[in-house]
Amino acid sequence: MIDFGFSVSPSSRINLDNADKEKFARLAIAEPDVLKCMACGSCTASCTAGAFEDTSLRRAILSLQNGLSDDASKLLSHCMLCGKCTMVCPRGINTRHLILSIQKIYSL
Amino acid sequence: MIHLLSATVHQITPEGIIDRYPNSYNHFVLPFVIGITFILIYLFIGLIRILYHLSGEDRIKLLKSLFNPKTAWKNIKDIFCDCLLHTKIWKRKPLLGYMHSAIAFGWFLLIVVGHIEVWLFAPRHLSGLTEGSLYYPIFYRFFIWINPAHETLRGSVFFFIMDFLLLYVLSGIGLAMFKRVRSIALGMRHTTKPSLADRIALYCLWLIFPLRLLAEGFTADLSGGGFLTRPLNWVFRAFFGNELNFLPTWWAYSICLGLFFIAMPFSRYMHILTEPLLILFRNAGLKVRHPRKGFAEAEIYACSSCGLCLDACPMNAQKKNLKYSSVYFIRFLRRHNKKKTKEIAEKCLMCGKCYALCPVGVNSPAIRRAIRETQNNSINCNYSYLDTYAGKAAEVLSDKTRGKILYFAGCMSHLTPKIIKSMETILQASGQEYEFMDRNEGICCGRPLMLAGRTDAARKTIEANTKIIKDSGCTILLLSCPICLKIFKEEYSLKGIEVIHYTQFIDRLIKEGKLKVSKSSSAIVYHDPCELGRGCGIYEEPRNVLRAVAELKKASKEKDESICCGYSLGTLTLDEKDKAKIAESSVSSLMAEDPEEIVTACPMCYRAIRSKAEVPVKDFAEIVCERIENNDKN
Repeated sequence: MIDFGFSVSPSSRINLDNADKEKFARLAIAEPDVLKCMACGSCTASCTAGAFEDTSLRRAILSLQNGLSDDASKLLSHCMLCGKCTMVCPRGINTRHLILSIQKIYSL
Repeated sequence: MIHLLSATVHQITPEGIIDRYPNSYNHFVLPFVIGITFILIYLFIGLIRILYHLSGEDRIKLLKSLFNPKTAWKNIKDIFCDCLLHTKIWKRKPLLGYMHSAIAFGWFLLIVVGHIEVWLFAPRHLSGLTEGSLYYPIFYRFFIWINPAHETLRGSVFFFIMDFLLLYVLSGIGLAMFKRVRSIALGMRHTTKPSLADRIALYCLWLIFPLRLLAEGFTADLSGGGFLTRPLNWVFRAFFGNELNFLPTWWAYSICLGLFFIAMPFSRYMHILTEPLLILFRNAGLKVRHPRKGFAEAEIYACSSCGLCLDACPMNAQKKNLKYSSVYFIRFLRRHNKKKTKEIAEKCLMCGKCYALCPVGVNSPAIRRAIRETQNNSINCNYSYLDTYAGKAAEVLSDKTRGKILYFAGCMSHLTPKIIKSMETILQASGQEYEFMDRNEGICCGRPLMLAGRTDAARKTIEANTKIIKDSGCTILLLSCPICLKIFKEEYSLKGIEVIHYTQFIDRLIKEGKLKVSKSSSAIVYHDPCELGRGCGIYEEPRNVLRAVAELKKASKEKDESICCGYSLGTLTLDEKDKAKIAESSVSSLMAEDPEEIVTACPMCYRAIRSKAEVPVKDFAEIVCERIENNDKN
C-alpha cells in the first residue's frame, strides 16, 4: 500500500445483519433477565475487575444487541464473578448467571 | 406333637436340642436365599465399581487410613453411632431417633444374637454353606425342636433376649407406620415422596417383623419361645387346635425378606449397606472429584431419602421450590437424569444446611459444585492483569506490613463502607498496627468463582492474593467477609499466617482487655451467615461479643440451623423473587423473640436482611463500634 500520509478510519456503522438473533434468543431463554437491563451502569460502576481492565456488563449487553458479540466477550473476559453487580442492580438482574451464560453462548 | 417332627432325629445336644429336618432344609428358605445371594453379588460388584472409579491417590489414602489406629477407631465409632444408633437424629429429634435406631440397631442385634444362639446351641450349622449357614440362623426357630423337659436357663435367657429385641424392632416399625400418616408428630413437616421401588421395599420392611413374630409364634411350642411368642402360640392353639399348620407364615416371612433384598438396590434402603463405606471414605479424607462416580456414587447410594433436608432447605419458603432439595437432587443423580441434576445444581444456594443436618452426612453441595465444574470450568478468561496487580500491591505492602495485621475487606465489604469504617475505628481504638490490603483496589478472593464451578479461574485469583499476602510478611490476615474466610481457610496455603474473621478477632480483643465495650439494654438477635457458621464453624465468638454489648435474643432457627438470607453467591439461577421469599422467611425466623435490632456478620446478609426487615439491621462491627469505651488517645 502506498502511504498517503493519512488513512480512512474504518466504518463505525453498526451492521445489524451481523447480529446472531438465534444466539441472543438462546441467551434470553438461559437468562431472561438480559431483557430487563436499562443500561444504568451501576454494575460497571461497582465492578471489581473494572478497576484494572475494560470490563462492563452494561456495554456488553449493548454490544450483543448491536451484533458485536466479540466485543461483549472481551468486555466480560476479566470478570471474577464476585457478585457486586448483582447486589447493586436496581432491576435485580441475576448478573452472575447472565455473564456465565454470555460467556458460554458467545464463547470466543 | 412328635408326629410333626421328622422321622430321623439328626443330632441331640446336651440341652435337648434336636434338628427337626435331616438336611436342615425346607423349600420355604428359597426366596430368602435368592434374595440374599442377589444382594451379596450386587454389593460385591458395586464395591469394585466404586473402588475402580476412585483415583489411585485416593485408593492409597483409603488403604492407609484403614491401618491407621486413630482413623480405624473413628471408623468403628462412627459406624456404630451413625449407622446403628443414629445419634445425629437422636440429638435433634428424639422420637425420630428412637424409631431409626429401633429398626437399625434392633435388627442388627437380632441378627447378631441369633447367630450367637446358633453358635452356642447348634454350632455345626455355622460351619459351611452345605450346612445351611446362609439361612439357618435366620430361620433357627423353624428347624429345631427343644425337649421341654431339658430346657435350660441359658436357653431361656436367649428366648427372652430374642423376643425383647423383636419387640424393640416392632415398636420402631409401629412408629414408622404412624409417621406415614402424621409425620409432624415425629418432628417432620415435609417428607419425601417414595418411588415405586421404595414403596415395595418399605412395605416388605414393615411386614418382615410382624411376620417373624407370627412365624415364631406358630412354632413356639416346638422350638420354645419367650414372653411374646409363647403366649401367641397358646392363642393360636386355642383357635386352630393343636395341629398348627405353620409353614405358610414361614413362607411369607422368607418371601418378604427375599423381596426386600431384591428391591433394596433400587430403593432408598441401599443406604443401610452403603453408609459404612461412605464413613470409611470420609474418614480417609476423600473428596468429590466426579459428580457421579467414585466417592460421589458412595454418597448417592448412602442417601437414605429420609427427607430431613426438605425441612432444612431454605427453598421450602415456597412449596414449588421443594423439588430443589438435596433428596430429590440425589434421586435424579442416581437415575442419571442429567437435565434435572444440572437444573437443581445451578439453583441451589449452597448454604450447606442440608449437609449440616443430614444424618448420613451426604455432602450434596460438593456434588453440586462438581456438576457446575463440568459445565463452567472450561469458560475462557483473561486474567493477565492479576499478576501485574499482585506484583505492584506486594511491593507497596512488603516493607510496612512486616509483623503486623493485614486487613482484607473483600469485594462485598466495599459495597458496605460502614463495615470498613467501623473496623478501622475498632483497630485504632484497640491500638492495633495494621495495613489495609485492598483500600483502593483489590481482587476477588476466588470463592464466587469456586462456587460457580470455575476452579481453574479461582486458582488464578488465589495465586495472586497468596503472593501479596506472603510477600507482605504479615502475621495475621483479618477478614470482614465470611465468603472470603471460607476460601482462605480451605484453599489458600498461608503457613505461619493466622487467618481470622473479625468476629473472632474482636472477641479476642475484648477478652485480652484491649477493647472495652459498654452494654446497652437493647434487645438484639444475631443472624448466622452460612459461610461463617456452617462453613467455618464459628458460632460462639460473635455471640460472646454481642452478649457484652446488648441483650442477645434467640432466633427460632439458629446456629447450624440458621436460614440462609437468600442472596447467597452460591446460587446461579435463582431469581430475585424467590430470593426475596427466602429472605422474608429468614427474617421471620430472626424476629421470633421480637428483637429491636438484627445483627449479622456478612456484608451479603446485611444487605439482604436490611431489604426485608422492619427493624434496624446492623453489621457486627458497626454495633461493636457504637459501644466502644476506650479513650481515643489510648
